[in-house]
Amino acid sequence: MTLLAKPPVSRRPILRSWGKVLVAVALWIVFYALNRPFWEWVVFDAAGLNPGTRFGSAVEFFVFDTTKILLLLGGIIFVVTVLRSFMSVERTRALLGGRREGAGNVAAAGLGVVTPFCSCSAVPGFIGFVAAGVPLGVTMSFLIASPMVNEVAIVMLYGLFGWHVAALYVVAGLSIAIVAGWVIGRLRLESLVEPFVFETTLRGRPIDLSADLSWSDRFAMGRQEMRNIIARIWPYLLVGIGVGAAIHGWVPEDFFAEVAGPDNPLAVPVATLVGIPLYSNAAGVLPLVEALHAKGLAMGTVLAFMMSVVALSLPELILLRRVLKPRLLAVFVAVVGTGIMTVGFLFNMVL
Amino acid sequence: MEIKVLGSGCANCKALEARTVEALDSLGLQAPIHKVTDFPSIVAYDVMSTPALVIDERVVVTGRVPSVNELRNLLAGVQS
Repeated sequence: MTLLAKPPVSRRPILRSWGKVLVAVALWIVFYALNRPFWEWVVFDAAGLNPGTRFGSAVEFFVFDTTKILLLLGGIIFVVTVLRSFMSVERTRALLGGRREGAGNVAAAGLGVVTPFCSCSAVPGFIGFVAAGVPLGVTMSFLIASPMVNEVAIVMLYGLFGWHVAALYVVAGLSIAIVAGWVIGRLRLESLVEPFVFETTLRGRPIDLSADLSWSDRFAMGRQEMRNIIARIWPYLLVGIGVGAAIHGWVPEDFFAEVAGPDNPLAVPVATLVGIPLYSNAAGVLPLVEALHAKGLAMGTVLAFMMSVVALSLPELILLRRVLKPRLLAVFVAVVGTGIMTVGFLFNMVL
Repeated sequence: MEIKVLGSGCANCKALEARTVEALDSLGLQAPIHKVTDFPSIVAYDVMSTPALVIDERVVVTGRVPSVNELRNLLAGVQS
């Protein structure tokens, strides 16, 4: 009896959690494939709306797009969180420890993309990096790249606009993070960091708890992150998709091409400014971006708007004020803002 | 046993605290839970992603909110 009662130290729980994941993947594929036919049937056949009318097409777009974005988002967040559970901020800091400016900025921007890091941890992250001797400019490259080049955004840009837009976005975001961090480093603004940051002593050994996780733990983290992010951003998503649907149904094709086309020099700065008070992560702002672009807003303008929403947000600036003096904060906004506008103008010329 | 929840009052920190309370209750344990919210003290534990859980001055969780079950195991492990 005791022998039977003792659970075998087998791989069974691991197999079970992989099994669940496989079932979820199969269901995901079925739902994604049936999304459009299902909603067309519901809206046009069952509810009897006319696909030729503005109202009919707006309603169909809204329900179809909401389902599509939720499916894409849920799937991507899960996969990315599981992959990212193999990285940690502690490991990233160790990798950046001995780096000088220049190469350090490049490494920091790259690691900013793959390290699991929430902008809510920007302040402890900043202190932890600087107190451990990572140069200010290199730390800034990390903090800029982390929210801006977000893997969820990359995959969704790929899904909505194709690989070339996704690739351009990555290159642009990394360039801004590298150059902005390097400029801030060159300006020698260490005196504008709140003094307590340099006085902080780190006691104890750095902790890296990411190594001893099992697959079930990692899958559980993926599920939890999926719930957390969707719970946090669904209002933005619904507003974004709702505005998108209204634009889709009522705004004439090429409307923005006239008021804010690539030839209008004010379009990019205005898009960047409008993005600052808006706060959402990249995934939340994408439905709106898709609708704006569909109606003729130039790609560079659209991407400048998106980058500004994710990388320059008022709440994050208020948080960073705890460690940066107002002048350094202003330099940060000016350098990143200039980078975003440059990228916007460049894209509008190239695309 | 002394428990500290590190974090500047974000939603995840509240979730971690609530689950820790739940895990303690289900084990029938009593322990004070201190909230550490100021950044210098948080970083002094060399924690860079919040929320974090500290049991008897040892950091056991950073940057995530474990399930109640996992917290039970952690707490029971320290207790024994």
